[in-house]
Amino acid sequence: MSSKTAVLKERIIKQVLTVFAFSSILFLFLIFAFILVEGLPLFYKAGVNSIIFGMKWAPTKGFFGIFPMIVSSFLVTFGALIIGAPLGLGCAVYLAEYAGKRQKMFLKPALELLAGIPSVVYGFLGVLYIVPFIRNFVGGSGFSLLATSIVLGVMILPTVISISYDALMSVPRSYREGALAMGSTKWQTTWRVVIPSGKSGILASCILGMGRAVGETMAVIMVAGNALKIPGSVLDPLRTLTSNIALELSYASGDHRMGLFSTGVVLLSIIMVLNYFANVVIRRKVIK
Amino acid sequence: MMDCALKTEKLNLFYGTFHGLKNVDFCVYRNAITSLIGPSGCGKSTLLRCFNRMNDIIDDVSVNGSVLVNNRPLEEIDIIELRKKVGMVFQRPNPFPFSVRENLVYGLKVHGYKRSDYDDIMERCLRAVGLWDDIKDKMNTPALSLSEEMKQRLCVARVLTVEPEIILLDEPCSALDPIATMKIEELMIELKRFYTILIVTHNMQQAARVSDYTGFMLLGDLIEFGETPKIFTAPQDERTDGYITGRFG
Repeated sequence: MSSKTAVLKERIIKQVLTVFAFSSILFLFLIFAFILVEGLPLFYKAGVNSIIFGMKWAPTKGFFGIFPMIVSSFLVTFGALIIGAPLGLGCAVYLAEYAGKRQKMFLKPALELLAGIPSVVYGFLGVLYIVPFIRNFVGGSGFSLLATSIVLGVMILPTVISISYDALMSVPRSYREGALAMGSTKWQTTWRVVIPSGKSGILASCILGMGRAVGETMAVIMVAGNALKIPGSVLDPLRTLTSNIALELSYASGDHRMGLFSTGVVLLSIIMVLNYFANVVIRRKVIK
Repeated sequence: MMDCALKTEKLNLFYGTFHGLKNVDFCVYRNAITSLIGPSGCGKSTLLRCFNRMNDIIDDVSVNGSVLVNNRPLEEIDIIELRKKVGMVFQRPNPFPFSVRENLVYGLKVHGYKRSDYDDIMERCLRAVGLWDDIKDKMNTPALSLSEEMKQRLCVARVLTVEPEIILLDEPCSALDPIATMKIEELMIELKRFYTILIVTHNMQQAARVSDYTGFMLLGDLIEFGETPKIFTAPQDERTDGYITGRFG
């Protein structure tokens, strides 16, 4: 092969790869465009306030209020965080600071597997075990904020663990040595030096976990009960933004359909804000 | 015979199967500066880290022979107590990524000092390392924003807060420029009045300038140990002579 054709071939390969790389941005753009095109007109028609702060969702009768769902989405997200963050951080700390080679060899693939389990399986287990457990031993129907938080809490574990693990591993060894050399115990070193040093990454892991929880749909539909109101207690059922779309899209048309896309617009905005904050805290760490 | 603050007898250390320290008999005299010199990989840092058991955190290290701290065998001393008594300053300044104050109170918190004593102790330690005037109004600035020299001084101050008797310095100036190095050397001589100092250095001139006693190590052996002027002007071993005159190393 002459050098000229070799150069040409290199150039073509580079161009093709560039197109592939930028196609992801194209998809992102298309998703945005479709959701905005379908969802925004209703905001003009029904009014931003009556959608975002409206309490009543009866799309076939002209009520598009999704406030209860926004609140519910936030509630399950924080519920998931309350359960998933301490557990995940604990696991990450164990992995980064305490686990030997053998434990790591066992735990890390287990975590990857946990991340790979389809969400419908989580929902299924939630319906079979968590919902009845809550119904029998705590109260209510079992389909509840509590059940959803538990299921989501477990689902965000892989995200929380892997990102906070990376954050802890990137804490320089010299900090640990400095702390140990002053006579700190392993736990004092971990708690007072390593975790505070990795806190921006840990925070980012929680924010990304929140993003995962906000966006989760299938498992939530299965255990949340899907009632159209703001839950008054952790035992009350609720409906999140994602469930709303998934539950109704199959039979919605006209304004109803647009209402679901408006739900999508709100959801997309929340996720963008979360991602933005995750990036800010990660970048803050890099600059330091 | 003068009193040894730190002492080893027939000390052997292995990294896996690698023989890192070979039958080392060594002594660090009280209230003096002792330096360890030798080419990279000769075991001088390893020897230094035996005295505060920092080799423990490395996998696959085994030690035999005896190490005495204040004439007590190392095994009899609680590791927390040992590391409080035998402070260590590292090659690269390693302040924690917190404020200056947080760095200084760290050891105090860990060792349960009274909160009401914090300010006095911090002031005393910052004065001891000559940072007080520069830093007293910047106690809340991040320690990582200080200059390298100030960071290293802060690390020394941090060690002093928990009242050590012995300070181990592992190439404390290798990340510093010559002027900062000079200042840290002056600091060491200041500290000698109250503390026993063991310093590992790459820099032979530094050993000659600051230390009272010098040990020369090569491939895990302590080749020669004695008063600094003697080591540098009339070494007994030809390998020491070869190293200090720059024929190898």
